[in-house]
Amino acid sequence: MTLNDAPLGKALTVLKLSGDGPLKRRIMDMGITKGAEITVRKAAPLGDPIEVTVRGYELSLRRADAANIEVSEKPE
Amino acid sequence: MEAKIALAGNPNSGKTTVFNALTGGRGHVGNWPGVTVEKKDGAVKGHPGIIIEDLPGIYSLSPYTPEEIVSRGYLINEKPDVIINIVDASNLERNLYLTTQLAEIGIPMVIALNMTDVVEKTGDVIDYGKLSEELGAPVFGICAVNGRDLRLALLADKAIEMKGKNPPKAEGCFSEKTEAALRKIMDLAAKAGIAESPRFYAVKLFERDKEIKLSLPPEVSEEIEKIIQACEKELDDDSESIITVERYDRIAEIMKKCVKLNDAGGLSASDKIDRVVTHRVLALPIFALVMFFVYFVSISAVGAWLTDWVNDSLFGEIIPGAVSGFLASVNTAEWLNSLILDGIVAGVGAVLGFLPQMFVLFFCLAALEDCGYMARIAFIMDRIFRKFGLSGKSFIPMLVGTGCGVPGIMASRTIESPADRRMTITTTTFMPCSAKLPIIALISGAFFGDSALVPSSAYFLGVASIIISGVALKQTRLFAGEASPFIMELPAYHMPRIGGALRVAGERAVSFAKRAGTFITLATVIVWFLSGYGFDLKPAEVDSSILAFIGRGAAPLFRPAGFGSWQAVVASITGLMAKENVVGTMGVLYPGDSLASAMTPRAAYAFLVFNLLCAPCVAAMSAIAKEMNSKKWTAFAIGYQCAFAYAAAVIVYRLGAIFGGGI
Repeated sequence: MTLNDAPLGKALTVLKLSGDGPLKRRIMDMGITKGAEITVRKAAPLGDPIEVTVRGYELSLRRADAANIEVSEKPE
Repeated sequence: MEAKIALAGNPNSGKTTVFNALTGGRGHVGNWPGVTVEKKDGAVKGHPGIIIEDLPGIYSLSPYTPEEIVSRGYLINEKPDVIINIVDASNLERNLYLTTQLAEIGIPMVIALNMTDVVEKTGDVIDYGKLSEELGAPVFGICAVNGRDLRLALLADKAIEMKGKNPPKAEGCFSEKTEAALRKIMDLAAKAGIAESPRFYAVKLFERDKEIKLSLPPEVSEEIEKIIQACEKELDDDSESIITVERYDRIAEIMKKCVKLNDAGGLSASDKIDRVVTHRVLALPIFALVMFFVYFVSISAVGAWLTDWVNDSLFGEIIPGAVSGFLASVNTAEWLNSLILDGIVAGVGAVLGFLPQMFVLFFCLAALEDCGYMARIAFIMDRIFRKFGLSGKSFIPMLVGTGCGVPGIMASRTIESPADRRMTITTTTFMPCSAKLPIIALISGAFFGDSALVPSSAYFLGVASIIISGVALKQTRLFAGEASPFIMELPAYHMPRIGGALRVAGERAVSFAKRAGTFITLATVIVWFLSGYGFDLKPAEVDSSILAFIGRGAAPLFRPAGFGSWQAVVASITGLMAKENVVGTMGVLYPGDSLASAMTPRAAYAFLVFNLLCAPCVAAMSAIAKEMNSKKWTAFAIGYQCAFAYAAAVIVYRLGAIFGGGI
C-alpha cells in the first residue's frame, strides 16, 4: 500500500519511493528513506495534506506526494 | 585575530537566536522554515575581527532550493575558517543529516546542540563525549533562548580556537561498497586537479549533482559514470538514493550509540496543543478566531488607534503646525511652502501613518511564526489555496489586505515558494482596503441610494479577482511549472519570544520607513506638482493643471468602460497617492450634486471597479517593489493589476448594459 492510504496511527516501514528529481530527493532528505519507520498521524481538517511522524519529528506532505511512497505495516 | 565563521543548521534549529546571542546584534527569530533567506553577518561580541555569517536554514546540501544553493556556494567558494553547526538536540536524528554533509566539505567544525532544555524535559540522555567521538568534532550543549547561557561564550571561544585545526572525520559514513566507489572517484578527480573539498566533490559527483560544474576532461567523466553505474547495479538503487539511505543508516547507528531515549511515553505538551489546534472540527474555528484576533488587534484596535493619532494629530496638526510656523519664520516662497506642506508632509505622512499598524501586525505575525502556529496555518489552508496557485499562507496577506494593502503585501514574506509569493503579492491589493471604503461609500451614496449591496459586492469582486487571477496566471509561463512541493516540517510549539518578535517588527517597520523617505516622497511630489501646476509652471486649480491635461488625453481610453471623462481619470490618478484622494478630487471636480448626473450608475460602478482593482497607492506599490525585490516583477504586478482592472471595468459596464437595461 502507499502512504496515502495507510491507516492512521500504525507503525509503518517505507519500502520504496517512486518518482525522481527534486521532489523525491526532498522527501528522502526529510528522512523518508527506504527502511525508515513512519506513522501517519492525521489528515488536515479538509482531508489534505497529511501529517506523519518520521525520525522523531512531525512532517506534513500532500496526498499526491504520499501516493509515491510505498509502505508496509510493521509486524507487531 | 581574524576569522570567518559560518553558522549552518536546519530551519527551526534556533540558529538565528544563536546568531543574535553571539553577536549581541540584530536578527530575525522565527519558526517558519526558511525565514532567514537573506544573508546576515556580524562580529562576535568582544572579538571585532571574528565575523559570523548566518547561513539560511537548510535541511540538506542538495541542489534544489535557493537556500541550499546559497549555503553551498558560500561554504565551497568563500571558505569560512570554521563552521558552527547548530543542531536541534530535541530533533537530533534529522539534524545530523546535515551535519554529516557539512563534515564532508573539509572545514573545521564545532557542533552546538541547541535546545538542551527541551531534551532535559523529555528525559532523553545524550552522551556528548560519545557523539563528539563519532562525529569527529567538538560538541557543545547550549540553550540559546537563555541569552545568559555561559556556554555560548565557550562555544564562541572554541570556534575561534578551531581555526586551522583538523576538519571532522567524514570517511566511513557509507557502506564499504559505496566508500570504495567514492575513493575511486576521489582519485580520478585528484588526478584531474580537484584539490579542495575532495570528499564533498566525490559525493556530489556520485550523486550526479547538476549544480556541480567541475571542468573534468570527458574521459574522466566517463570513467566516473562507469564507477557509479557499477555501484548502482551492485546495490540495486540509484546513486542519489544510495547516498541518502546510507547516510540515514549511519545516523541511526550514531543515535543508538549516543542517545538513550526516555520511553516513558505519554503525549508531549506540543502534541496536546496540536491535537486541539489541528483537530478535524475545531481547527477551522480556532483558525478563524486567531485571524480575527490578529486582525482586530493590528488593524482595528491598537494599530488603528495609533494610526489615527499619527494621521490626525502628528501629521494632521503637530508637524504641519510646526513646519508652517518654521517656514513662516524663515519667510519662504509660497510654492515652497506648498511643496513641503501639501506635497511632502501630506504625502509622507499618509504613508508613515501606516507604520503603527504595520508594527503591531508584524509583531503578531512574528509571534505566530515563532510559536509554530504559522506552519499549521499552511497545513490547514493548503487544500483551498493551492487550487488558485496560492499557498495556504496567502490567507494572511489577503485578510490583512482588507485593512491595509501595505502590511498585507509585506506579510507575504512568510511564504517560502517564490512563485506562490509573487502570486500573492500581485493579487493581495485586489481586496478592498480601508482607504478604498470612502470611494465605495461615495459611489454607493451618489448612485445607488447607499445600498449595502455595493460594499459587499466590492469584497466579492476582490475575492473573485484573486481566484480568477490565480487560476489564469497559473496557466501562463511565468507561474507555470511544477507545483511547489509542500513537504513541510511542523515544528514543535513553544512560547513565542517577545523580544525576538519585537525585533522583527521593528526591523520591518524601519525598512519600510526608509523607503518612505525616498521613493514615496518622489512619487508624492510628482503628483503634487502635476495636480497643482499648469504648463506655465504657475500654480493652478486642478481643472487647469497638467494633470487635467493628461486626464483629457487619457479619457477616451476609458470610454469603453463608460467613465471616459477627464475628471474621473484625474481622480483615479490622484488615488495613486492615497486611495481616499479619489473622493476628495471628485468632490472638487464635481461640485455639489453634479456627480450624480455626470455619469450613469453603471458607468459609476465600472469606475468603482477600476479604482478598486487598479494599481494601489504609492505606499503599496513601494511595498510591492520591496517584496518582489525585482524591477521586472514589480512592473509585471502593477501592469497586470491595471490591465485586469481595465478589463474588469469594461466587462462590468458591458454586462451592465445587457442585464441591467439602460441604467
